[in-house]
Amino acid sequence: MNGVKLEGDDGTPIAVPLSERVHWVGAFDPNLRIFDIILKTANGTSYNAYVIRGSDGVAVIDTVKEGFAGDFFARLESVAAYSEIKVIVLNHLEPDHTGALPELMRRAPQAQLFISQKAQTMLKGLLKQDTLSFTPVVTGDSVSLGDRSLEFLHTPYLHWPDTQCTYAPEEKMLFSGDVFGCHFCDKRLFNDSVGDFRFSFEYYYAHIMRPFKEYVVRALELIEPLPLTLIAPTHGPILRDRPQHYIQRYRQLSSPALHNELSPNQKTLLIFYISSYGNTRRMAEAIYQGAMQVEDVRVSLYDLEGGEVGPFVDLIEEADGLVLGTPTINGDAVKPIWDLLSSLAVVNLKNKLGGVFGSYGWTGEGVRLVEDRLRGLKLRVPIPGLRVKLIPTDDEILECTAFGLELAQELTGARLSKVINFADLA
Amino acid sequence: MAKATITFEDINVTVTVPAGTRIIEVSEKVGSGITYGCREGDCGTCIMKVTSGWNHLTEPSVLEDKILRENMAGKHNRLACQAQVLGGEISVKPV
Repeated sequence: MNGVKLEGDDGTPIAVPLSERVHWVGAFDPNLRIFDIILKTANGTSYNAYVIRGSDGVAVIDTVKEGFAGDFFARLESVAAYSEIKVIVLNHLEPDHTGALPELMRRAPQAQLFISQKAQTMLKGLLKQDTLSFTPVVTGDSVSLGDRSLEFLHTPYLHWPDTQCTYAPEEKMLFSGDVFGCHFCDKRLFNDSVGDFRFSFEYYYAHIMRPFKEYVVRALELIEPLPLTLIAPTHGPILRDRPQHYIQRYRQLSSPALHNELSPNQKTLLIFYISSYGNTRRMAEAIYQGAMQVEDVRVSLYDLEGGEVGPFVDLIEEADGLVLGTPTINGDAVKPIWDLLSSLAVVNLKNKLGGVFGSYGWTGEGVRLVEDRLRGLKLRVPIPGLRVKLIPTDDEILECTAFGLELAQELTGARLSKVINFADLA
Repeated sequence: MAKATITFEDINVTVTVPAGTRIIEVSEKVGSGITYGCREGDCGTCIMKVTSGWNHLTEPSVLEDKILRENMAGKHNRLACQAQVLGGEISVKPV
């Protein structure tokens, strides 16, 4: 097993040393195939937890999913007595890391629990114990274990509001929570032993961290200066070989892709449409022409039928504005539009410009429904959607051109603000 | 009746309203991105950021305060379905 001894001679799970003072006390879940509804895994996952021993007490960093508590406690008992546990750190409160916490606190009632500031209300919601005492911490806070210590890094939204990382300076180890993790189960445990797991690392980032890129960048500002021998995430391989490589990869994945292609003032506006008889397409082309009149806006026009959702999501992530054209069929926007919209949860859309248009035959609900969805996704929808009954007339085509022009002007800040009297509102 | 103005920053629209108007009465009609759930101060869906004119809104009730806390609302966040305009100039945007 490449030198990793996971069980004692009697078959009892035992801790795995990361150094003389630090041990892995996690558990393997090789049968898991779907995690949190959204993530697939072909070989399961691991729930990594750690123990660090100082001259003045022991700290447990994170726990495991409730059903795997047996392995966790057995491994913990192989390196520490419950009476020695002075500190429990929760880097992230999701149940796959806090499942064994109530029992751990029962067995080590003297231990002090450290969580992030934002974890406080979540802890109450998860454990339903109002009497539980804990110490909320922020960046700069630390706790001493004598000749070892733990420093806390506030790294919110990676991938919940509560998430934090914990650094052990004397060991130069980062206990990173879900950051730098992946759902990959291999009992060889370390990144230099498990084989190629890049696909899993990238997949995890794309689904879990990608919506929070701006927070990833802020966290990297804290993490990059740290001297590191090892990164110990809560899922997947422990990163002891070239830990900086994984930090650099997060930096690459979180940096804007169009950084070198756009001038500082240039904005991008994407128009996606789908059309059954060509009417919505004609509207799209006129909107495109209108938007193209504005300097410093790079406009692109795409037919949804001609591409896959994934690359379109990539385009939208980097764009400043998104305009969608849909016919209305049976009182709704059409499925390719909803498929695209339901795939956008992995990117941050907040404050992007949104707009909707479309041709309809009977009632034309599709445009309004998509507008509401865009608002729900936190886009700004400042210009009311444009609907045309069946075949657009020449005047309606001119309206489309003006709609495109106004959207592009909104992106550059050239559109005038509007003042309305309440009594005039419908 | 005293007048006030509410500016919805996300859509660059300013509305002149009578004092006593709730934000919810205006925001949807003009197309602001503030979204609503229960519409009665219980769900926290309509949390908005008050970027200026905070003092020109009614004080949050004990119940609104509770919902804001539970939803980890930031400073100067309010529920758009509860906040009423007293007068002056107010600017808001979706969170």
